[in-house]
Amino acid sequence: MTDTLIVFKQDTVAPRRSLARRTVQRIGVQNLSLVIAIVVLVAVIGVQNPLFFGLDNMRVIGQAVAISGLLAVVQTIVIILGALDISVGSLAGLCSVVSAMVFTAAGPLVGVAAAMLVGVICGLINGCIIVFGRVNSVIATLATLAAYRGVADLISNGSAQGYTGSDPFFIFIARGSLLGIPTLIWILILISALVYVFLRFTSWGRNVYAVGGNGVASRLAGININRYIVGVFVVTGLVASIAGVLITARTGSGQPVSGSAGLELQAVTAAALGGAALKGGKGSVIGTLLAVVLLGVLSNGLTLLNVNSFWQDVATGGVLVLAVVIQQLRSGERRIGLPS
Amino acid sequence: MKDNSPGQPEAHPVVFEALNVAKRFGPVAALSGASIQLRAGEVVALMGENGAGKSTLLKILTGDHAPSSGALLLGGREVTFRDPAHARRMGVRVVAQEPEIAPDVSVAENIYIGALRQRGRRYSRSLLEREAGQELAEHGFGSSIDPGMLGKDLTAAQRQIVEIMRALQGSPKVICFDEPTSSLGEHEVDILFRLVAELRRRRVAIAYVSHRLPEVFELADRVTVLRDGTLVGSRQTSETSSDELVRMMVGRDLSQLFERTPHQPGEPILQLDSVTTDDVHGVKLTVRRGEVVGIAGLVGAGRSELLRAIVGDIPVRSGSITYKSRPITFKSPADSIAVGIGFAPEERKAEALILERSISDNIVLTVLPKISRAGFVLARRERTIASGFISRMRIRTPSPDQLVKRLSGGNQQKVVLARWLAIAPDLLLLDEPTRGVDVGAKAEIYRIIDGLAAQGTAVIVVSSELPELMGLSDRIYVMAHGRLSSSLNRADATEERILSLALTDDAAPREPAPTSDRNEGLHND
Repeated sequence: MTDTLIVFKQDTVAPRRSLARRTVQRIGVQNLSLVIAIVVLVAVIGVQNPLFFGLDNMRVIGQAVAISGLLAVVQTIVIILGALDISVGSLAGLCSVVSAMVFTAAGPLVGVAAAMLVGVICGLINGCIIVFGRVNSVIATLATLAAYRGVADLISNGSAQGYTGSDPFFIFIARGSLLGIPTLIWILILISALVYVFLRFTSWGRNVYAVGGNGVASRLAGININRYIVGVFVVTGLVASIAGVLITARTGSGQPVSGSAGLELQAVTAAALGGAALKGGKGSVIGTLLAVVLLGVLSNGLTLLNVNSFWQDVATGGVLVLAVVIQQLRSGERRIGLPS
Repeated sequence: MKDNSPGQPEAHPVVFEALNVAKRFGPVAALSGASIQLRAGEVVALMGENGAGKSTLLKILTGDHAPSSGALLLGGREVTFRDPAHARRMGVRVVAQEPEIAPDVSVAENIYIGALRQRGRRYSRSLLEREAGQELAEHGFGSSIDPGMLGKDLTAAQRQIVEIMRALQGSPKVICFDEPTSSLGEHEVDILFRLVAELRRRRVAIAYVSHRLPEVFELADRVTVLRDGTLVGSRQTSETSSDELVRMMVGRDLSQLFERTPHQPGEPILQLDSVTTDDVHGVKLTVRRGEVVGIAGLVGAGRSELLRAIVGDIPVRSGSITYKSRPITFKSPADSIAVGIGFAPEERKAEALILERSISDNIVLTVLPKISRAGFVLARRERTIASGFISRMRIRTPSPDQLVKRLSGGNQQKVVLARWLAIAPDLLLLDEPTRGVDVGAKAEIYRIIDGLAAQGTAVIVVSSELPELMGLSDRIYVMAHGRLSSSLNRADATEERILSLALTDDAAPREPAPTSDRNEGLHND
C-alpha cells in the first residue's frame, strides 16, 4: 500500500557514478593521495640520483622500514580502537635485551619465545591498567614507556647484551632472503597480511571497528569491550616483542635503548598519515603501509641527496602536518576551537 | 491560547523574512528556493519529513549556513550573517534540538555563557547562580533544574531548558525552536507552551519546527510545509487539519499512517517483581508473548533506567526478574541478547549506531558470531541479511555499503531496529523508537512493531508521545519517580488518566544520580 511512497522517493537515490569515480571511491581518496605522493617523491629523487632506482636501494628502504612498519601496522589496530600505545618502542627494547640474554643461555628459539612471552605480559599489563585502573591509554602507556625502559636498563645494566651476530638464525633474519626478498621484509609482509585479514574479514576485526566507533553501542550489542581492549594491547605487546627480536638480529646484540628509542613516534606518524582517525573507528592496514613506504622513501631519498640528516626529521614532521591538514580540511570540519 | 487574530499586516509587522533562499551542498540541493515571513507576535510552525529542508532553512535563518542564493531581510533591511554569533547579536536566536552544553561548568554559567555578568570587577559564581535561579523560576522552570548543577549531570530535558534560557537572554526579536519537545516530558512541554505564549505576547517572532501535529495546532498561528527542499504551502492553523498537513508532507492520508492489527497475547514471557536499582524502585511488571506494552512517564521518571536494568546494562539491587518462566540475572547485555532480548536505546547516534561504518556492518553487529565460520564473516550471508532488512524495512539507500552517518534520522532508526530483528528476538525493548523521525518513517516503524507482536514477539515501548503509545500498546504502565503504576488496559487508557498518573506528587524529576564510571571501555577523561 505504500508503493507510491517508494516511487516518490526514488528520485533521491544518488545517480550512477562514472567508472573513474567508482574506482577512486573503492581505493579511497586517502590511499590514492598517498600513492600519488610516493610517485611524485620517487620521480623527484630518481631524477636527481639514478642510484635510487637500484634494486639494492629498494632492499635498503625495505629493511629500514621493516621494524617501524611492524609497529605502525599494529598501532593501526590500537588507533582504530580509539586508544594509543606509546610504550611499543621501549617494550621492543626490553624484548631485544631479553631475547639476547636468553639466547646466550638457551639458544635462539628459546630466546625468541622468552621475548614474546615478555611482550605478551607487558601488553597485558598495559591493557589491565587502562581498563581496570581507568587510566587514559596515552597516560598509561607513557608510564609503562618509562617503566619498561627502566626494566630493560636494569637487567642489562644499560649496555648491549649477548652477541647474536654469529648465530645462523639471527643472521638469517637480519641479512637472509627468500626469493630475493630480505627476511625482514617478509616478516613485515606476513604480519601486515595477518592484520589485514583480521580487520577486514573476521568478526573480531569488525568488532574492533565497532568498539572504537561507538563503545556504548558495542556494549549494548553484546560485545565484551573490555576483552577487546585488553586483547588488542596484548597483540600489540606481542608484535613489539617481534620488533625487539629484529632489533637484536640487526644490531647483533640486545639493545635496551638504541635502535628502539623513537619507534613509537614513527609508528603513530605512519598510522595517522595512513588515515587512521585518532578518535577511533577508522583506519586501514593498506593506508598505514603506504604511509610507511612514503616515509621510508623520503628518508632514503634525502640521504641519497646528501641532505643533512637533521633536515630529515623536519621533513618527516612537515609531511605529517601537511597530510593531516589536508585530511582535516577535506572532512569539511569547521575551523572553530580544538579539532575533534 | 491564541488571543490575537494573526494575519493582519498592521498588527503583525514582518520582522524577519527569507526571500527565495536556496542551499546547495555540492551537487545536492538541500533547499531549492524557499520564502518565509516571520511576524511579530506570531508563531509559524515549520513541518516536513526529515530531509525536507527544515533544518537547512533554520540554519540559514540563524546564520549557521550562508544561503547559496536568495536574501534575508531583518526589519526590512537585507542582512548577511557571518556566523551564528552574529545572528544572535542581531536578535535572531535558535533553540537547538541537541544543544551544546559545557560539561564541567554550572547550569548558570552555561546559560550566561559568552556574557558572564560581574559584580564590580569580580566574577561571582554565587551571584550568577542566584540570578539564574530567579530567571529560571520566572519562566516556570524553577523546580526542573538547579542552577548549580554541572552540565554533564543534566538530563536531555534539562539541557533543553538551558538552551531555551540562553535564547531568552538580551532582547530576542526572533526565536527559532528546533523540535524543542522531542526531549521534554509532558510536564516541561506544558511550561514550554506557556513560555511560547508569553513570548508571543512580548511580540517576538517565532519559528517552530516540529514533527508533532497536536502541538502545532496548539501553538502555531500558521504552518509552513516543506517537502524535498521546496515549499509545499502555508496555511493558517485555524483553516487546516491534521489530515491536510500530513498529505502536504508525504502526499498520503493520515488514516493510512498506521492500522493496528489485533494481537492475541500468550503466556507471560517477562515478569518483574519488586525490581529496584539506583533510580527505579520496587517495579512490578508483566509482559506476554505477542503483546505490546507501553511505558509512559515524564523524562527522568526512570523509564530508560528500567529498560537498561532488564537487559543487564545497569545492576539490579534487589527484586527478581523471571524470563521464560526461569529466574534470571543478566550480568551484561551480552547475556540478555543470548536469550533473545533486544534493546534499542533512546540516543540513536550516541548509543546505538557506529556512524562511520556501513549499514550492513551495523545491521549484522549482533549476529556476527552466527554468520562467521572460524571467525571469518561469511560475506554472502552478511549480504543476504543486510539486503533483506533494507528491502523489508524500506531503508532508503543506494547500497548496503552506505555509511550510516549519511542516512536520515528515520532510516538510521530502521537500521537500529534491523539490528535487533536480526537476532529474531522474543522480547524487544524500544526506548523512544520514533524520536526525531519523520511521519512517513514513523508509520513504517509502527507497522514493524505491530507486525512483530502479531508474530508473537513481546514488545515494550517507552515513549513520551501519548498518542503513539495509545495507538500501539495493548497495555500501558505509567512511571513516575522511579515507580511503576499498575497497568491500564487499552480501553481504559485515556490521555488524562495517563497524565494524572505520570504527575503523581506533582514533583519535578529530581537530578539523576551521577553516572558512575564503570570498569569498562576506554577512559578518556
